[in-house]
Amino acid sequence: MLAELGLAALWLAAALAALQLGAGMLAITPKGAELAGIVRPLAVVQGVLVALAFAALVSRFAVTDLSVKLVAENSHSAKPMIYKIAGTWGNHEGSMLLWVTIMGLAGGFVALVERRLPERTMLATLGGQAFVSLGFYAFLLLASNPFERLNPVPAEGNGLNPLLQDPGLAFHPPTLYVGYVGLSVAFSFAIGALITREVGPAFARAMRPWVLGAWIFLTLGITAGSYWAYYVLGWGGWWFWDPVENASLMPWLAATALLHSCSVLASRNALRAWTVMLGVVAFSMSMVGTFLVRSGILTSVHAFAVDPKRGSFILALLAINIGAALVLFGLRASTVSEGERFAVTSREGALVFNNVMLSSILGIVLLGTLYPLVTEAMGVKVSVGPPYFTPMSAVFAVPMLVVMAVGPLLRWRRDRLARVRAGLLLPLAASVLAAVLAGLHGGVALMPFIGLTLAPGVVVASLLPLRGRRLRHVPLATWGMVVAHLGIGVALMGMACDSAFSVQRLVAARVGESTMVGPWAVKLAGVAPVAGQNWTALEGDLVASRDGSGPVRLAPQSRTFWAPVQTTSVSALHTVWDGQLYTVLGDEVADDAGDMPTPASDLAHSRWQLRLWWKPFVPLIWAGGALVALGGALALLGRLATDLRRYVARGKIVDRKQRQALARGERA
Amino acid sequence: MKRLVGLVAGVALFGASALANDTMPAAPYAYRQLSDPAKEARAVALMETIRCLVCQSQSIADSDAPIAGDMRSQIRQRIDAGEDPEAIRGWLVQRYGDYVTYAPRVTPVTWPLFAAPLALLVLAALLLRRRFKGGEKAS
Repeated sequence: MLAELGLAALWLAAALAALQLGAGMLAITPKGAELAGIVRPLAVVQGVLVALAFAALVSRFAVTDLSVKLVAENSHSAKPMIYKIAGTWGNHEGSMLLWVTIMGLAGGFVALVERRLPERTMLATLGGQAFVSLGFYAFLLLASNPFERLNPVPAEGNGLNPLLQDPGLAFHPPTLYVGYVGLSVAFSFAIGALITREVGPAFARAMRPWVLGAWIFLTLGITAGSYWAYYVLGWGGWWFWDPVENASLMPWLAATALLHSCSVLASRNALRAWTVMLGVVAFSMSMVGTFLVRSGILTSVHAFAVDPKRGSFILALLAINIGAALVLFGLRASTVSEGERFAVTSREGALVFNNVMLSSILGIVLLGTLYPLVTEAMGVKVSVGPPYFTPMSAVFAVPMLVVMAVGPLLRWRRDRLARVRAGLLLPLAASVLAAVLAGLHGGVALMPFIGLTLAPGVVVASLLPLRGRRLRHVPLATWGMVVAHLGIGVALMGMACDSAFSVQRLVAARVGESTMVGPWAVKLAGVAPVAGQNWTALEGDLVASRDGSGPVRLAPQSRTFWAPVQTTSVSALHTVWDGQLYTVLGDEVADDAGDMPTPASDLAHSRWQLRLWWKPFVPLIWAGGALVALGGALALLGRLATDLRRYVARGKIVDRKQRQALARGERA
Repeated sequence: MKRLVGLVAGVALFGASALANDTMPAAPYAYRQLSDPAKEARAVALMETIRCLVCQSQSIADSDAPIAGDMRSQIRQRIDAGEDPEAIRGWLVQRYGDYVTYAPRVTPVTWPLFAAPLALLVLAALLLRRRFKGGEKAS
């Protein structure tokens, strides 16, 4: 029953979206002006309905209602509750429903709170939002109905891919989706502003919190996804330039560029067309990402179902949305002037440079991700991976990071490098020192060497905008910038240290044997079987000590799930201030004499495959990512507080005027 | 459909080779390192750029799949025998096709991959020049 209610709510939401689109577009014409009143309520109700539909699906997963096809195919009654619920979006239909849910809620939220723009622009914006949602509703209802029933009802479900049975699943997809969908709001704002020709500082100030919000979530989602891959895949890798990772990186790059050009537009009324263009590009990248991930065109743990019909559907959606936006942009671009001018050496100049660099990196990642699909169509299968992406993006990333270090010190409009030269000596010294140290250490490859050199400079430079200022009076948004830039430097340091200094040891250890990995001595103290709710495992008991210091116990597992049957290794990590010890328990090894593995009763006497890494400073990667997100949050708070103060002040002024008018009236 | 056929053929092929391998000693260097750290580093650097043919976008250095283990072992043995990493890459490409290497080569099909960054550089330079030339004049 609940499944049917969910489906009904979804159809209703879709119908309301159609109405919202029609009403929004008519309301900005003189004839349809009386429709204006219903657009905002429509957006709110639509959001509530789609949230109800989502809640209905979650409830089906929570109770493992096997008469729902999606539940039967992707869940299992013996899973822990958290994975039953998170499993709602661990599949194609559910994740698309999550997407439209977040989109509906975001639209409703915009309709409720956003009062800073002219009402006409808001109507066009909400109309645009409805246009985009409508496509996704159609996709869900016509090509991937999550509420489809199954008859006869199976006795048990198929279960969830064990790799996905991780707390990461509860966190990573929703965060990323909030980011993706947040960009749809920016996209709708751009459309609204283009339609009503209102591209200016007010538009940028209204759009900025949305872009910031989306960007914070994208940053968190990518960071969390990277850490999840790092500990779950069991080989110590944290970024693979996998097409699916790229699909999340591309919107992030576009959003980062958009965020910065938004700032220029908000404070200097420059870069108008460029900002609108980036707004369109950023959401287009979200959609390209969705297409890549959801179409099944890529074989990946993320591509839950391979169904060509769905692929073509998303491709058509992509073409319609992006095509329409670009046509609109083409028609209106000539009426949107670029705005105020500025010199090369100025804050704007640095921001423009970095915008162009970010866009170029985006171009590289996009091409490298899509090109294998092109060659495959030509009958040649090629792979594009780290050896391509890393150096090619570094060509643009390195100058970008250098300019990022200098830019925040420059003044708006026009400045001289000579003025800031003295301040730059400090980061330069840090970089030179780091280069010398890395050179003395020796054996560092080119890419990590560049990273090791740049990172300390970026870290020091990111703090310079605070120099000579009373810290309590620094605006929150400036703190945000400082913290986010610091985070970039910190993450870069972590990446460079990991590639330059990681130590790997693969051994076949007998119980009682010790292995050295970096400064750690790791002893295999025992192996014992353990069981969980839907798995059994062999658990290694490792005792690690460093320079004779107090021992640390780690318990990596080789875990076998029974629904579906699959074995995964669960790594055990030990984090200290200067790095991470990463341990994995592998298979039992046949003895030197070629004996078969000993029976299970004799676990203690056989040899076990151990994979050990000492990764100096690797947690800095994710700490940096978290700092970047924190910086975004600070900036967002700062912007919202300013807006709120302005709003309150305006209210007070109106209030005072009214009282004065009243007093005058009484006097008369 | 073509992909599917390829996949089935691939699975059959790997299945056959796995069967053949059952009678031979398992890949000795799949989970064992070379004793010479310099050689091991060279082998790992190569492995990180070789694609696991049955996994989901992973290099053979990040994979538990048996075929990845076989390939790791092959690479370590060949590096130990003094072969040049790029020669080994060539041998792997000859055997499994271009798909196996994450470092695309410049071929009549892949040249746009390498032309694009240059084009982007030129485009970026033009964009910036146009932008700033106007700016200097106006101010």
